[in-house]
Amino acid sequence: MLFKNHGIIERNSMILLVGILLVVSIGGIVQIAPLFRIEQTIEKVDGVRPYTPLELAGRGVYIREGCYTCHSQMIRPLRDEIERYGHYSLAAESMYDHPFQWGSKRTGPDLARVGGRYSDAWHVQHLINPRSVVPESIMPPYAFLEGREIGIKDVVDKHIVAQTRVGVPYTQADIDNAKTDLMAQADPNADSEGLQSRYGGKVTVRDFDGDPSKVTEMDALVAYLQVLGTMVDFKTYEPMKAENLR
Amino acid sequence: MSDKKPKDEITGVETTGHSWDGITELNNPLPRWWVLTFYACIAWAVVYWIAMPAWPTISGHTRGLLGMSDRRQVDQEVAKLVSSRAPQFAQLQATPIEMVSKNKELFQFAQESGRVAFAQNCSTCHGAGGQGAKGYPSLVDDVWLWDGSIQGIRSTLQTGIRTDHPDARFSQMPSFGRDKLLEPQQIADVTQYVLTLSRQPADASAAARGAQVYATNCVACHGAEGKGDLLQGAPNLTDKEWLYGSSAQEITTQINLGRGGVMPTMSQRLDPATLDALAVYVHSLGGGT
Repeated sequence: MLFKNHGIIERNSMILLVGILLVVSIGGIVQIAPLFRIEQTIEKVDGVRPYTPLELAGRGVYIREGCYTCHSQMIRPLRDEIERYGHYSLAAESMYDHPFQWGSKRTGPDLARVGGRYSDAWHVQHLINPRSVVPESIMPPYAFLEGREIGIKDVVDKHIVAQTRVGVPYTQADIDNAKTDLMAQADPNADSEGLQSRYGGKVTVRDFDGDPSKVTEMDALVAYLQVLGTMVDFKTYEPMKAENLR
Repeated sequence: MSDKKPKDEITGVETTGHSWDGITELNNPLPRWWVLTFYACIAWAVVYWIAMPAWPTISGHTRGLLGMSDRRQVDQEVAKLVSSRAPQFAQLQATPIEMVSKNKELFQFAQESGRVAFAQNCSTCHGAGGQGAKGYPSLVDDVWLWDGSIQGIRSTLQTGIRTDHPDARFSQMPSFGRDKLLEPQQIADVTQYVLTLSRQPADASAAARGAQVYATNCVACHGAEGKGDLLQGAPNLTDKEWLYGSSAQEITTQINLGRGGVMPTMSQRLDPATLDALAVYVHSLGGGT
């Protein structure tokens, strides 16, 4: 009936308008409404915390350099991926990622659990000249990161604040101490008590790039890579519990 | 509006009945099979939403009528894989690691699993054949920085080197130059002396002065004769194997910076049986006693 008489809708603009609103709102409800309860799909896990300022800066470098175009951060629940990369990724592991870095293309390997897999020195050497450690690699070199100091003002004044606006629970103390925390994480001789009280005792404090004289983008990127996939405490996580099944 | 659609005289195709300036629009609908496929896809999507876990709800998410779960499925598949290896892995763990090579079949199994695990986890630093690289020890010779026995290798795999594992092997050469513990001249002298230890050509008078510097700063770890100390991970300076290179320049750089590599804790990533297999494999490459 409707198919035969669509002329009525097409000739009466008010009916057409109501029809459009009806269709668009159905589409909208189906697509958007579930997102308001999206936190219901995030597993309850121990250990996931917001990134430290240094890691956040490294994440910024990761995004700026487009690492996500070749590297995914999403281990799918498939046997072969688990054998190669480790436990499949959980939604909880990217709950503080804005935007998430799941990626959709693996020219290089998945990085969701690269943290702790290699030494800092390996990462630095690999970023300076990928072929020196992985002969068959086609990754471009990122040697310049070693000489660039972090845009601390951007991270401390803008990036971390922007993250709170999209729901990352940084406290006012986190924001006020961001600069101190950022510097402290890259200096093993600094007082890192504040950093660890804010982000937990598991935070690694090291001179990531092997050059203690300044805090560079290399420090930040390596700090970020070394924390990937290491936050969830899998000893307390029960994957087969009903609420963790998908 | 009449039910009968006018037909275009030339093509014989039904028109939509719309006419603009005397031009009418032909009505060529999409092929029936295409339209039906399209509707079938929509119907399939609805069925899928209901049958499979799909939507977040007020207090959780829809579970789906079929009770299917990707995560349960993959858990079963992994369990199947693990159980297929279980008998050998159990035997491997039950056998004292130095006895594995006595059992030919078990040794072969350990070699094969070790080789695969090595390719995935170790070769990026130690090289595809374990040949090592600058800063990454070679595993194919019989020179070891730490314990090269099969138990020693197993223990290194377990804890890593210079990691935050409580039992990790740890040594730290001071950064004599960067931290200004020695004058540049002293470093130059001791470099010459270290060259003589491995019988390389060196400036004799500088080496004689360097011997003094060596005696006060280096003996505690590297020993009076420069033979090193496996217990402290202090390299032997009298052999031809060098981690960072044997040239005067490389030796000076090392005295300046006191570099030391980090080997990750493999026990966080691999199960004990795989570590056993890896130890067997690495020991077979060039294990020492």
